[in-house]
Amino acid sequence: MRETPLSNCEREFIRKALGERKRLDGRQAYDYRTLKIAFGYDRGCCRVDLGQTRVLAQVSCEITSPKQQRPSDGVLFVNVELSPMASPVFEVGRMSDQGVEINRILERCLKESRCVDTESLCIIAGEKVWQIRVDVHVMNHDGNLIDCSSIAAITALAHFRRPDVTVDGTDVIVHTIEEKDPLPLSVHHMPICVSFSFYEQGKFLLVDPSDKEEKVMDGKMVIGMNKHREICSLQVTGQMLLLKDQVLRCSNIAVVKVTEITEWIQKALENDRQARSNGERFGFREAVVMDTVTTNQMNPEKLK
Amino acid sequence: MCEMMCELGQLTRCDGDACLMQGETCVTTAVYGPTEVRINKEILDKATVEVVYKSKVGLPGCAEKMFERIIRNTCETMILTTAHPRSGINIIIQEMQNSGSYLACCINSACLALLDAGVSLKFLVAAVTCLIDNEGEIILDPNSKQEKDGKALLTFVFDNKDFSIVTVNTKGSYSSQQFKDCTSLCKKSSKQVFEFYKKSMEKLLSKDNFVK
Repeated sequence: MRETPLSNCEREFIRKALGERKRLDGRQAYDYRTLKIAFGYDRGCCRVDLGQTRVLAQVSCEITSPKQQRPSDGVLFVNVELSPMASPVFEVGRMSDQGVEINRILERCLKESRCVDTESLCIIAGEKVWQIRVDVHVMNHDGNLIDCSSIAAITALAHFRRPDVTVDGTDVIVHTIEEKDPLPLSVHHMPICVSFSFYEQGKFLLVDPSDKEEKVMDGKMVIGMNKHREICSLQVTGQMLLLKDQVLRCSNIAVVKVTEITEWIQKALENDRQARSNGERFGFREAVVMDTVTTNQMNPEKLK
Repeated sequence: MCEMMCELGQLTRCDGDACLMQGETCVTTAVYGPTEVRINKEILDKATVEVVYKSKVGLPGCAEKMFERIIRNTCETMILTTAHPRSGINIIIQEMQNSGSYLACCINSACLALLDAGVSLKFLVAAVTCLIDNEGEIILDPNSKQEKDGKALLTFVFDNKDFSIVTVNTKGSYSSQQFKDCTSLCKKSSKQVFEFYKKSMEKLLSKDNFVK
């Protein structure tokens, strides 16, 4: 289905409101929407909500042969799926331009920053290495898919455990979870993308643009950064020119946002770790808020 | 049967959606419809029902296509397709967690999502899975570990008009007597699923915004 275009008056309204430093949802220019992270029952599965934008990420692993140029390095593979669930515009099977863009940004942010130690994924040099695959499924599109996907991807990587292996000569024994405790990936740092949208030739800038704000914007800048203030990737798109101090200002805002988000991720990971080790219940059901009309629960009686 | 839990209307872009949790198994379904349909898929006198199944890991293969087909056929019998000629009803199913009795959870969540979207239906359907283990015992709603060791896995889909069978999907070998036993047990428990649908919709459409 084709996208419903934004009407001129709506466009004007958003622009005018931005001129008065107001946003449609009442946020300040540098505010993020509320971030929620829920973990699934499986390791390496998480669902991230950024306002109404919702993304599901799952990390999986398999043994493959390494690339010829790098015989002792594991492989990290990122796949972003824009499911038609997220928006009727997205089609199945065909990668749209937007999908390719998000995929490339995420890949660059995660691979080039070497946040996951690929050397530790080597089993037998030149023959067998682990391939780590990150599948990101967009479930609801309400703007800023890049930030939400990057948070989901790095959280899922930090949450993932791969099975332990023993090498006996040329034989590789993969241990099940019951035999040996699975191992976490060595995640050195957490690069997180922060998006900025620009209006009126860069006069106004917004952090975490919503879907409508993205439709009105002139251009966008994405900064990938970790909490050590290291920029891992930077991308500018759209038809606009930016001044040097604007880029600097954005990177300063990104520092604050990345610190906040990283703390939030660590907290969520810690909560899940505690729930798992204390034998409490965990999984998506724990994230459900039960006291609203949209949710329901039933314990069926036993049948004979 | 295991505990059931649902969340409705969590997504904003689709016409209706449901996230259903049965035990640890969790599935989210979104529904668009009635909406425009591609000209080559248009049917003159009824709506085209399309199901897209998204597994969590990897690219879709044969098994996923098969899965889509089973759900599509089930949904098509349930939807009053003649009410919306030359239009499309799209159902997108996203795997969240597969811990056994998976097909049943997918069909039930599709039914809830169709209810949430307000699509006209002929009747509701409820899917129940049961397992025959190596001792010949019947287990309702098996988890994935039980499924691995079992002898046969049977999924039944019933309607709520006269509780007749809409879809059957089986794997493994069983005797005809066992099949009959499974049918009657699943039919009984399907009534609880219908009760769950009713309670969920009652709560969704209730006047109080927050139920204590």
